[in-house]
Order: sequence, then C-alpha cells, then structure tokens
Amino acid sequence: MQDATSDERLRPGAGEELVFDATPTLAHKPTHYCPGCHHGIAHRLVSEALDELGLADRAILVASVGCSAFSYDYFNVDAVESPHGRACAVATGIRRARPESIVFTYQGDGDMAAIGLAESIHAANRGENITAVFINNTVYGMTGGQMAPTTLLGQKTTTTPLGRHLLGEGGPIHMSEIMGGLAGVAYAERCALDSVKHIRQAKKALLAAFSCQIQGLGFSFVELLAGCPTNWHLDPVKANRRISEEMIPVFPLGVFRDVREERKQSEVQA
Amino acid sequence: MNDGRILIKGNEAVAYGALDAGCRCYFGYPITPQNEIPEAMSRLLPENGGQFVQAESELAASAMLLGAGSCGIPAMTSSSSCGIALMQESLSYMAGSQIPGVIVNMMRGGPGLGDIGPSQGDYFQAVKGGGNGDHRNFVLAPSTAQECYDFMFRAFRLAFTFANPVMVLGDAIVAQIKEGVRRQPPEDALTADGYAALSAPWRLEGHGRRGPGATPRLLKSVYLAEGSLAERNVLLMRKYEAMRAHVDWEEWQCEDAELIVVAFGSVARIARSAVRQLREQGCRVGLFRPVTLFPFPEAALRRVARDRRLLVMEQNTGQMVEDVRLALDVLARRSSVSWHGIMPGMFIGADDLVDPILTALRED
Amino acid sequence: MNGYQDVIMAGFGGQGVMLIGNLLAQAGLEQGLEVSFIPVYGAEMRGGTANCTVVLDTHPVGSPLVNRPMSAIILNEPSLHKFQPRLREDGVQIVNASLVSRDLLDARKRTVYIPVNDMAHELGNVKMANVVALGAWLRATGALDPEAVKQAMHSVVNAHYAKLIPANIKALEAGYDFAA
Repeated sequence: MQDATSDERLRPGAGEELVFDATPTLAHKPTHYCPGCHHGIAHRLVSEALDELGLADRAILVASVGCSAFSYDYFNVDAVESPHGRACAVATGIRRARPESIVFTYQGDGDMAAIGLAESIHAANRGENITAVFINNTVYGMTGGQMAPTTLLGQKTTTTPLGRHLLGEGGPIHMSEIMGGLAGVAYAERCALDSVKHIRQAKKALLAAFSCQIQGLGFSFVELLAGCPTNWHLDPVKANRRISEEMIPVFPLGVFRDVREERKQSEVQA
Repeated sequence: MNDGRILIKGNEAVAYGALDAGCRCYFGYPITPQNEIPEAMSRLLPENGGQFVQAESELAASAMLLGAGSCGIPAMTSSSSCGIALMQESLSYMAGSQIPGVIVNMMRGGPGLGDIGPSQGDYFQAVKGGGNGDHRNFVLAPSTAQECYDFMFRAFRLAFTFANPVMVLGDAIVAQIKEGVRRQPPEDALTADGYAALSAPWRLEGHGRRGPGATPRLLKSVYLAEGSLAERNVLLMRKYEAMRAHVDWEEWQCEDAELIVVAFGSVARIARSAVRQLREQGCRVGLFRPVTLFPFPEAALRRVARDRRLLVMEQNTGQMVEDVRLALDVLARRSSVSWHGIMPGMFIGADDLVDPILTALRED
Repeated sequence: MNGYQDVIMAGFGGQGVMLIGNLLAQAGLEQGLEVSFIPVYGAEMRGGTANCTVVLDTHPVGSPLVNRPMSAIILNEPSLHKFQPRLREDGVQIVNASLVSRDLLDARKRTVYIPVNDMAHELGNVKMANVVALGAWLRATGALDPEAVKQAMHSVVNAHYAKLIPANIKALEAGYDFAA
C-alpha cells in the first residue's frame, strides 16, 4: 500500500509543526476534479472514516459513472467499476459473496437517483449491509452540466435552458427522505460540505453509517450536498453560498433514519 | 430397480449442477420458462451456506453477478431471452473487466415479449457478444436435462479459467423436459480451493487479506490512456482465440452420410430422432451437433462437410446457418449448405423434421 | 416394452394428469428405460386445461413432444376435441366415459371408453380417476408392467400421502382389468 506520508516534501521542515496530514487510505496524488469541487472533501471524509474505524484493509469500493467514475484512483482500497447506476446491485453481489468485507458505493445524483434509482432503493429495502455515499450537486458534472434528478426548480442547466419546470421535468428528488422511509435502511442522513461545521457533521454521519455496516444493521446512506462551481458557473465561494442559501432550504439537513438504538434494544430484549 | 437416475426438469438439473459445481451465489428475476431454477436455488443455496437474491430486475441481477464474480466467488444468474437482453450491460462490463460468471438462458420466442414457447432466436445474442464492444461469451448448448446438470461444471470451470462470462444456452424444451438425470459430479470438478486458486491473481477481498503492504486491486473495463484500450482488446481477442482449445461437438452417423443435418440444443435431439427414422428407411443421413456455439466447431465441421451436403435446422429465422456458411467458405465448391427454419414458439416433433431432411437429400 | 411408446394425457386442471404423467415416467425410469415428461407450462396452465406428454424409449428420447401420438389419455371433452384428431390411425385412446359423450368418439380410432370418475368414486375417492385411466392405458398399450407403476408410486407420492397408495393400487388394477 502506498504510504501517504512517504513524500519528504510534505514532511515538516525545521521549526515547522505538522498540523494537518493526509490519511493513509486517501491516495497521495492530485485529483482530476475541478477547482472548488467538493469531491475532494468527500473523498477525504470517507477515507478518514475508514481509517478511524480500521476498515480499509477489508474495504471494497464500488465506483460509479459520472465525475466520480475514477474515485478508485484516490482510495487505497480494492475497487471495482460498476455499470452506470448499478453500484448498489454490484455492492449487493460483493457483500453477499464476501460477507466479511466492508462494501461501499460512491455515487453522484445521476447514478444514484436517475439511472440507478431502482437498484438504490431495492438494495436499501433489502437491508443490504452496504454503505452508499451519495453526492448531490444538482447537476450532471461529467457530461457537461445537464439536468439531474436533484436539479432545483427553476435551475438552469444545459438541458433545462429555461430553468427546470415541475410539470414535464419534475421536481428535485429527495433521496434521504425516500431512504428514511424504507424498512431495510439502518441509517440515512443528509449533510452538506459548504462549511466547516457541516463538514464535521458529515464526518460523524459517515462514521455512523460505517458503524451500522460493521454491526450488520442494514443499509446505510449518507447524502452530501456538494458544490459544482464549474457547471454552476460560480466561483467556489459563491458555490458554497448557493448550497446554504438555495439547496439546504430545499434539501433540509438531518437524520432521516437511525435504528442503532432501537436494534440494540431489540437485541437486549431478545 | 434404481440405476441412480432421478426424474427432474432441465431447470432443476441446472440448479443441482450449479450447486454441485460449487456455485455460492444466485441472483435472478423470475421469467418463464426458467422459474424452477430460482425456485430451486432459493432453497438449495441457503441450505448449503450460499446466498440467493431475488433481484429487482435483470439489470440488477447481472450487476450483482458482476459484484460476486469480482470477489472470485462462483456465482450465477438465469433468465430467458428478453431478460437476458437486459443483462447485456453487465455482461459486457464483465468481459471487459475480466470477471467470471455463469449465465443460463432458457430461450423463449421473440422478438420483444414473443411467447413462452421454445426458440433458438438468441443464437446471435449469445455467440456474437450481445452487449456493446468486442465482447464474447463462451457458449455451451445443452440438449438434455443430463447435460443441463453436467454443463454447469464445465461452465463454472471455463468462467474461472478465462475470467469471462460463460453462457449456458438452453430453451423452453430443455428447461421444461423431465428426464432421468444422474447427479454425479465429474471427477475433475473444481472445489472451493480450485476456484480460489484460479482467482487468486485478481479477485477483490480487501487488500488486508493479501498480507501487509499488499497493493489495492482494481477491476475495470475503462481504458482512456492512449493505446491502452487497444492493448486491452488485443488481450481479450487472444483470450477468445484461446477458448478454441475447449471447442466441443458431436457427430452421429456422419461417416457414410450423403446429407448431414447441423443442429444444436433441443432441435439437435429432435433431429437425431428424425435421422434415426430415416436411417431405418435406408437414407444416408447424419447429424452434426455443435456443443459449444462459441467457440464454434469450424474445423470439425469442415472435416465432415467435405463432399457432403449440409442442412442446417434451427428454431429461428436463420442464425447459426451464417456461422456454418462462414466455416465452410473455404470449401464452398465442395459442399453445399441449405437451411430449414422452425419458427420460434412452435413445438415440434421428429416427424416435423423428416420431410425437410428428405427434401434436402433429394435435391441436386 | 418394445422400443418406443408415447402418450399425451389431458384433462381439466385438478384431474391429476401431471401426477399420472410423472408416475408413468418415473416407472419407466425405474425400469431402466429412457423417458421424458413434458408439461404445458406458463400462461397455458391458467386456461383450465392441462396436458403433458410422456415418452418411453429404449433409445435416448429425441423429441419430448409428439404431434401424432401413439396413445392418449383423455379425461374431459375439450381434450377429446384437441387430441382425438391427432391420434395416429393405429393409436389407442383411453376416454373418460364419465365426462365425455359416446357420440363424440371417432369410430375409426381404437378407444377404451371407461367411466373412470364413477369407478374411482365407487373405490372411495373420485380423485383417483386419473389412476384408473392409467391402469386402462397400461393394459391397452402393454407398454409397461403395472407392477412397475405400483412400485413407482412410492417415489412419486410424498411420505405424507403414502397412506393413499393401497387405494391407488386398487384403482390402477380396476382400470387395468376394465381394459381387458
């Protein structure tokens, strides 16, 4: 495994103190993501969670299609590419074949909530012991800014030039709320990556989600509201502001399902 | 008297064969005429420590197969025609990513929803790739319930030998027929250790299982760097070529035949009865049956076809006949190929094949 | 048995044609023959009529389906309309006299016209009509020793219903004797 601390240029020099370091599971290489993109933060949070819980050596990542198609380049874990939208089904196969492994998907809004909606919901409903990390940036990034299932009403994209219209183009799909309503889901939370406070909460959510998987409680889901400055045609600061001012009012943050206490209690009763 | 045979359907024989061959996971979606496979697997696998998942669609079932296969675990799915069409997405990814898996297609009539009668209309889909890009399945065509059992062992072994999808291509007749089947695994059947050894160089398991300092592994079909996809396709092409070593066929009464019927799967067994009837009447006819459809037994066919007339009989509007003609191209002046199609959805008996064979025999 | 024998068995759903089809195939198998059994399946199953085809052969079975059967067991009228015309000229049919009018019989075809429902009823259970018919078929075709079929009942009937076997043996014998 590549040692993230091996690059001497990143070691503290004389009189310097190390205050922030790479995590072992995050590959030490530049990403292909655009400036200001939040995938980098999300990758870091996921790898921190894996490292803190000591899961990386038995983790298997199921990559998706979209900007995060190459996410496997940035995680030092075993990984497989999935057909577009099928990540939760591929993860089902892996987890069933290797019950001792820790399996997670990393999917964007098109992959998870459009082409892969059926696979996502049914894996969740079956209570598959996998963790799905869902990046919601209200737009298709890789293909150049087309409408996503999460695109806000009125939002202009390259395929909604007049702004998304409810009738005919649909409203933004609320995945965390949907997941929160499924019996097989152990944990569902929506977080945002626009501020330090929210990023810290996102980390807690990921730790909770992977903990559910370790305990075998069922499907765990973390939605991360993320910025896409390139396709939003905003600078990174304004993109962050858009998340807090436009996205969070539509996609409220919070925990939509958490069965940890309940299942623990039922175990006690049993 | 009991000679060890049990009376079971081809579908049930598939399930027992898969289980005995070491299959650990089944993923599928119900569709007639193969429902006895998932029904049997939903009982057999959990009883034996395996996993059964009724998927939400064939798209999902084949993606689950990709996932389980990527872990080096023997896994399978089954479906019929229109369901298999939906699975092509993952089959192409599996071929490109070099991931093993066994797919059973009990063909029904098409195109579209067609009917639930027998058909061989998916020959092209099975042997020419089916999905996008230059992908090939190894294709085995059973014609009896016994072969449904036996071929599962070959299918899993081949899938792991080549890290590639292997398709078992049956039809409604082979699926629904009940016959005597000996549930006797071959002596060389792979064990869990055997599969593990074959998958050791590439399977996903979490890098920690491979010891400290192990490099993470990645299975993928995307190759964007200049020249890398070309390299990948050359590798795959060589692999498809290497599959020829496992080509298989059956010849029956061909030695002195004037006319040789070429047929596969259930049509081959029915043609065999027709050929037997005609032999009893003194007609010099024989049967050549491709057992593997990809690789196609071209060389064997060329050998038996020399100075003979061939009649291809298949239950579709003309698919395998193209491969027969391609195989014989170099002999074009020394053999002739005619074709008799049985329309998908029809239930035929040997009587239906006797006249067409006689007609072809009498043609100049 | 001499070489090859086939039979189509047909009736309403619930008359038990699948059961006697399985029973005959199992008996053939236990006698060391090559056998095939094929049911109608899927959508056709839901039409209310059921039929299956059994082939017994000393060679590997080619087609499990036959267009022109050597024999037929016909338990209701719709099945007579469907299969009597297809029966070979030299074939034999077992026709359920309890449910099929004699007027419908094709005089050119060899027929065992037997009231299997009434006979089964007299034997204690009308559900055994199928087995009575099978008994008649065994006599009319000479295809298989009835002892083999009695033996096979133990393989086909699950343990829960094993207590019904003696009555079914009587039903088989009654049909066999009738067709003498």
